[in-house]
Amino acid sequence: MARTRAKPAIARAQAPPYVPLRGHPLNEEEFRGQVGSTAWAPRLEYAWDAGVAISRFLDGLRQGKIYGVRCRRCGRTVTPPRAFCELDFKPMDEWVELLDTGTINTFSICYVTWDMKPLRVPQIPAVIEIDGTSPRVGFLHLVGGVRGRTVTEIRRQVRAGLPVRAVWKPPAKREGAITDILYFEPVRKRTKK
Amino acid sequence: MKRKPTRRVAVIGAGLSLFMRRALDTGKELAYYAASQALQTAGIRLKDIQAVVMATAPDAFDGVHMKGEWLLDGAGGVGKPYLRAYVGGGSGVFSIISGWMMVASGVFDLVLVVAEEKMSSCQPHPQGAFLTIFDHIIERPLGPNLLWIFSLEQQRYMAAYGIRNEDIALVSVKNKHNALAHPAAQVAAQLTVKDILDSDVVAWPVHRLMVSPISDGAAAVVLASEQVARRLSDRPIWIQGVGWCLDTSYWGNRDLAYPRYVEKAAWMAYEMAGVTEPRKQIHVAEPYDPFAYKELHHLEGLQLADRGQAPEDLARGRFDRTGELPSCPSGGLMGVGNPIAAAGLMKVCELFWQLRREAGARQVPGNPERGVAQAWGDLMQIGTVAVLGVR
Amino acid sequence: MSDRVAVVGVGAVPPRPLSVDRSYRELGFESATRAYGDAGVTHQDIESFISVCEDFHEGTSITDEYTPDQLGAVLRPVHTIAGDGLQGVAAAVMLIRTGIADLVAVEAHCKTSNILTHEQVLAMALDPTYERALRVTPHFVAGMEMRRYLHETGSPEDAVAMVVVKNRRHALGNPVAAYGGILSPDDVLASATVCEPLRELEISPNSDGAVVLVLASEEAARRTPKPVWIRGVGWASGSPWLAGRSWGQASYAGVAAEMAYRMAGITQPDREIRFAEIDDTYAYKELQHLEAAQLAPRADVTRMVMEGDTRRDGRLPVNPSGGSLGMGYCFDATALYRTAEAVRQIRGEAGRAQVAQATTGLVVSWRGIPTQSGGALVLSAD
Repeated sequence: MARTRAKPAIARAQAPPYVPLRGHPLNEEEFRGQVGSTAWAPRLEYAWDAGVAISRFLDGLRQGKIYGVRCRRCGRTVTPPRAFCELDFKPMDEWVELLDTGTINTFSICYVTWDMKPLRVPQIPAVIEIDGTSPRVGFLHLVGGVRGRTVTEIRRQVRAGLPVRAVWKPPAKREGAITDILYFEPVRKRTKK
Repeated sequence: MKRKPTRRVAVIGAGLSLFMRRALDTGKELAYYAASQALQTAGIRLKDIQAVVMATAPDAFDGVHMKGEWLLDGAGGVGKPYLRAYVGGGSGVFSIISGWMMVASGVFDLVLVVAEEKMSSCQPHPQGAFLTIFDHIIERPLGPNLLWIFSLEQQRYMAAYGIRNEDIALVSVKNKHNALAHPAAQVAAQLTVKDILDSDVVAWPVHRLMVSPISDGAAAVVLASEQVARRLSDRPIWIQGVGWCLDTSYWGNRDLAYPRYVEKAAWMAYEMAGVTEPRKQIHVAEPYDPFAYKELHHLEGLQLADRGQAPEDLARGRFDRTGELPSCPSGGLMGVGNPIAAAGLMKVCELFWQLRREAGARQVPGNPERGVAQAWGDLMQIGTVAVLGVR
Repeated sequence: MSDRVAVVGVGAVPPRPLSVDRSYRELGFESATRAYGDAGVTHQDIESFISVCEDFHEGTSITDEYTPDQLGAVLRPVHTIAGDGLQGVAAAVMLIRTGIADLVAVEAHCKTSNILTHEQVLAMALDPTYERALRVTPHFVAGMEMRRYLHETGSPEDAVAMVVVKNRRHALGNPVAAYGGILSPDDVLASATVCEPLRELEISPNSDGAVVLVLASEEAARRTPKPVWIRGVGWASGSPWLAGRSWGQASYAGVAAEMAYRMAGITQPDREIRFAEIDDTYAYKELQHLEAAQLAPRADVTRMVMEGDTRRDGRLPVNPSGGSLGMGYCFDATALYRTAEAVRQIRGEAGRAQVAQATTGLVVSWRGIPTQSGGALVLSAD
């Protein structure tokens, strides 16, 4: 990652801990073929219980709706839904159907996959504040419907504070998952709350 | 936290391994290198140690379940009370907090704290281990990676205060330069802001040289009760205050512009240390810098800069090694490397040497009497803070 | 300032083989609500929080991320012990003794039913170079331990089966225990062999659950309705390697118990401990742990079990709650279930499971295959 390597031997004399540091660095070539290694491909499978709140949230997505929950004590309306208010530590009071529009709180233009493979067409992850919630409340999703692939091109179309709308999978293909929303796309005219 | 601790705890020895992109050495061996060096500098042997703390980040890196158990012989934990305290990326600084608890409780007098990380075992790329940090039902299906959340946070920080990427790139320049004098350093370099911004955009606004590297390495310290420290060391460095704070896991429900959990952790530590004016009373800082913007974000959370003002302070040299408040004189994670838990404890080691005025080419000028080390982790969620001082 | 620490609140959901209706967060919320209510405190009174969890048990890396909300611990000092439940308790005891917190909550939960590949998870706990390559079920480690234990002690397999019979029967008296039953030693010995000599019924069934304990300084405990005092706590680890461990003995439990007894000022454990909640992940472990905790000399353990001394109405009741064999095994939360049951006994709230004059109890824990790590806790009414 860096262009020059530190030379431990030079600094060693004047810097703590004043004794030679141990360790045997390998370069990529040595690492790949010249030292022994054991490979193990984990086969770990889980099936997580979504629970009361997230199950209902997922059911809502299947129907093309985004649900939130409200706590009367602190007055917050939040999503993703939860069974209890984590601040007041009491059960949530009511379910609220939110809009499927929102505002980009922050976004990124990402040119690598989750395992660091390069992406020519970047992904645009964003925190979307969903309309109908308390301020600064949203969740992670992707921004789509944007032309171009360079930072400059994309930044011309996407900015913090931009209104967006969910683009849904066709109803028959929805499975009760966060991916039932394909992405959020920029909207010119805001839906009235 | 109404009361102050009654028993004092000192650091009396510190050790490191080399920090490397790929080590031939196993995690156990790296832990052993650091631990044995810490014991040696404290002038004691493993049999004198009554308990051991281990810090190491996700099991997914090593592909070993209950990794703490597996590493325990490398850390000298066999036959002893051994504890793996774990707060994600904050674990390195938390390890000394956990060790502090052991001694400050009066239960133990001599405790070895070891932090180890070997990320290179994870294939095809260690970043893959981070996919599983996201919520399994509502985030993981989107295929998120670790860079997402940090670039989202950096963008929010920049947007909230009108900060430019050039200001942030300066952190990489400073820390990679500082690391030239660090014997463990993996990615020390003399670079310019232009070099940083010319490197690939991995996740705008984050460029490749604004990200700390994947590393293997270990760090260790020896902690002692007051009575034992005075017997074993002529220059013990005291743990004056510790603090930690965890924010909600609903990270999309809070403002990423400011790390309020670092502020709360910092005040917990400052109050314990009797620090009321951090900018005057802290003489050297080792804030957590896994990404360039994080150092600035954390300096603000640590109350060492005004909100949104850290970039300006950096630009006028306030955080240089010879500046008014040296920050990351070690070279930090951006320069020395980022074997996650070990990198956090490396910061504590640096304060130990700086406060003993033993830091050689890295020594900050003047007579630093008090320093702060901080780490951060989970879903941009935890702050861990330790204040160390000469008395 | 006093160094005494008490358990002042206990909250748990009954361990069950499945918990499809609720998420781990929702289980944790119920347990925390119960524990805080039991202690007569609110989440705002708790000053520090400790969760006990392991990534691969959850299928989530850095799983401590997901611990604060269900404890009411947002923006508060929370940390995780990737270890045994009693290590979490030990961390809380030390934290309180430093003087910076009066009330600390300790949480552990498990969703074992969400893991579809248990053997694969367990295999990942073996050393990747030397041990995992053998590709056998990790229960073989338990089989080898049990074989060595029987060999060294000359105990009959009947004694191991009797532990199962006793604990499953005890579970009938515990309304929250899922695995109560009337079995004979022959039933146990007739169950399928998993890794000879280990049989299916000698392995505790995996269960889902969540437990929260509230610990307090002496000053804070005096303001709560039902404090039970922690007189001593200890924990220790042996070698992580399969080679070179003491197969026949639970040496880690010996070191842990000694530490706890020293802190508690207990010199004659077999006389001073009235009852025990002891790890029985595998039935033979209860026998090993009894010996390691000095509750019986090696030569007497078998006889005690066979003659009924360890039954609820015996001289030294062991696992009157039903233990893990009777309640289910919940990974690192198991130790907190054992602790919660011991607290109920000392409070006299154990109902049909109640042991007479349950004034001083011992908890012994173990982290399971392939570890040699465990803890010990001495609890007392005063």
